[in-house]
Amino acid sequence: MMEFENEEEHGDATRAVHSGESTHKALDSITDPIVLASTYTFKNSQSIIDYIEQREPREEYGRYGNPNEAVVERKLATLEGAEEAIVYSSGMAALVGLVMTKLNAGDEIVFFDECYHRSREFCAKHLARFGVVTRQVEACNYEAMGNAITENTRMLVSESPTNPHLSIVDLEKFAALGKEHGVETLIDATLATPYNLRPLSYGIDYVLHSATKYLGGHNDLLAGVIAGSESQLADVRNLRGIMGSINSAHNMYLLQRGLKTFTLRMEQHNVNGQAVAEFLESHPRITKVYYPGLPSHKYHEIAMQQMKGFGGLITFEVAGADWRETADIVDRVKVPRIAPSLGGVESLIEQPMIMSYFELAAEERKQFGIRDNMIRMSVGIEDACDIINDLDQALRG
Amino acid sequence: MVANMDNEKQLKFRTRAIHVGNEADEQTGAVVRPLHVASTFVQKTPGEWGPYDYSRSGNPTRDSTETTVASLEQGSGALGFATGMAATHCVTMLLNAGDHVIAGTDIYGGTYRLLHKICNRAGIKVSLADSRTVTSVQDAIRPETKLIWIESPGNPLMSITDIKACAQVAKEHGVLLGVDNTFATPVLTQPLSLGADIVMHSATKYLGGHSDANGGMLVVNDDDLYDKLYFIHNSVGNCMSAWDSYLITRGIKTLELRVREQCRSAVQVSEYLQQHPKVKRVLYPGLASHPGFEVAKQQMHGGFGSMLSVEIDGDFETTKNVVSSTQLFQLAVSLGAVESLISQPASMSHASYDQKDRIANGIHDELIRLSVGLEHPDDLIADLDQALSRL
Repeated sequence: MMEFENEEEHGDATRAVHSGESTHKALDSITDPIVLASTYTFKNSQSIIDYIEQREPREEYGRYGNPNEAVVERKLATLEGAEEAIVYSSGMAALVGLVMTKLNAGDEIVFFDECYHRSREFCAKHLARFGVVTRQVEACNYEAMGNAITENTRMLVSESPTNPHLSIVDLEKFAALGKEHGVETLIDATLATPYNLRPLSYGIDYVLHSATKYLGGHNDLLAGVIAGSESQLADVRNLRGIMGSINSAHNMYLLQRGLKTFTLRMEQHNVNGQAVAEFLESHPRITKVYYPGLPSHKYHEIAMQQMKGFGGLITFEVAGADWRETADIVDRVKVPRIAPSLGGVESLIEQPMIMSYFELAAEERKQFGIRDNMIRMSVGIEDACDIINDLDQALRG
Repeated sequence: MVANMDNEKQLKFRTRAIHVGNEADEQTGAVVRPLHVASTFVQKTPGEWGPYDYSRSGNPTRDSTETTVASLEQGSGALGFATGMAATHCVTMLLNAGDHVIAGTDIYGGTYRLLHKICNRAGIKVSLADSRTVTSVQDAIRPETKLIWIESPGNPLMSITDIKACAQVAKEHGVLLGVDNTFATPVLTQPLSLGADIVMHSATKYLGGHSDANGGMLVVNDDDLYDKLYFIHNSVGNCMSAWDSYLITRGIKTLELRVREQCRSAVQVSEYLQQHPKVKRVLYPGLASHPGFEVAKQQMHGGFGSMLSVEIDGDFETTKNVVSSTQLFQLAVSLGAVESLISQPASMSHASYDQKDRIANGIHDELIRLSVGLEHPDDLIADLDQALSRL
């Protein structure tokens, strides 16, 4: 099998289309066949022995690997500038796969507090049962994080940008903190994507994505990915094979297909995101817009240094609106659909207070910075003026 | 069906490409509609039909694709076929023995073959006219002419036909005008709005866009004509599969982004080729030197497509060598996808022409056809440069 070569010499768009793929595919087909097999045959007993003794790289059983998965993993690794990428059945499965590999009873993990609530829930509730301690400090407070590190700390975790506040982590500082204490660092860069941010280039150990979002891009598959160095990920891959949190060949094909238009889509998400954020900021009914591309954003400067663009996720607050009035605005919107998730070609909209934090007490919501008048929007790749006109009519009431 | 798209007509092309026909699923709320693979649908009582009965007659997933494409082409209805040729064949099935068809000289080899080697057996007469000048189409009209069939840009010479002028001639003579809009795509040209009666797409190309689905489309803006075509479609049964419909619908969501980017790259590639000493002629409607440039500017909005042909300083063999030595441009028939493709029409897409017609129509042995994909244009130009340096 001949693989696409001289990758570093090619542009992002070219690599999105060709990287990770064989230049000459089975039966001369221009696209990869979808390999649905759960298991793989051996010619004879000797070929099993050759495989075990690693003389012959090949597939064995679906839980350990699949050709469509391998293509996607190579493509994602290239886009991320990583040696290795491992795909999972979802973003959460990727996080669980990594922390279950790297942490043991008695170990500690430290999070910046603005993060996906399920990540926090898994570590605080479930890892705790296995004797792992989860600590949480204020987002982007490097001193607080430094103070939270003990001799048992094994991993520092943050999202960048964070969800839903779009705070930007200074990755040099974050990586330095890890190096200083001999602790590994993980950045969930789902909202940035490798098009806008390459955390590994700042010395971060692992980057995680919910590939369900921008990487897949069409709201029609679930997937997660961890990228990093080959040596650090070898045991992670091994555990995935045991836990079985793999993806399916069908999904891998759709993810590969989605990646072919990745750079085009991201360019448009960046342009649309900026336009919608600027519109919202200038609107008299909006008091606050969280978008790293706006000079008013708390972390605008570091965002400008680290990122190529700022994607399609925008959070904003409506002047003097209670939760019901805010919900009415969401309900009046016609182009974006009301749904969780983000990063697809279709715009989506939601009120975090209702969508993700409804069952929490008002006090707890306040602690996580979730306000009743907050709306989160994932701007798709539609024509930006259609989205702006739509928001305009919804805000008029 | 269009639950939240009551303002559909006001929305821009790209927004419609994503939303029209793709409303959230009524049963589950799924933001992407389910892929309906059922071959048949359960009836309430004998003779009482629901919205669907049998997937040849109608399928919810194919319906989504048809609804989207009809909206993008400014039509009232669309029909999804197994391939572009199945769609074209359906149009010819409107004709009867003794009827006459005029086709452009610069058309896909498969359409030429259908007209000259299949339709002729049903007693249908065919003549070719150089559609670049509308008078030659007009002169070819006979009392029994029922259909004019054109492509613009044409395949493989990228000739430009004035669709509006052809539509006027067709209307005057009560003849149907069918336009194969595969190369231009509805992003650039919407023939129904220029007076054409039928638009055909090989959806395998730009609409699907990822070289992984076969499909064809017919779009019309006339309910009677739609009914006639639907009757043939349902009777003959050459319909688009639900799986392919799904992939084509998914592809259409990025159609405008892809086409516009591919057009921009094609301009760069054409300019590079034009100054290359081993290139005799570049056929691309976006070049001011192209004879169809003025009409193309009027007819194609915001781009000139990403298909181009070149004649190189070589013969059949050296041309074969060039098309075999590119790396990013893969040697294959078909076009319009994210991957760039290269071909030699004389031995590939137009091999089914009779040799005399091929030569008469300017499809020379040293002609190379390029489909510019989504790769970075600098990479594509570097690839062509190394291949041409072998001459």
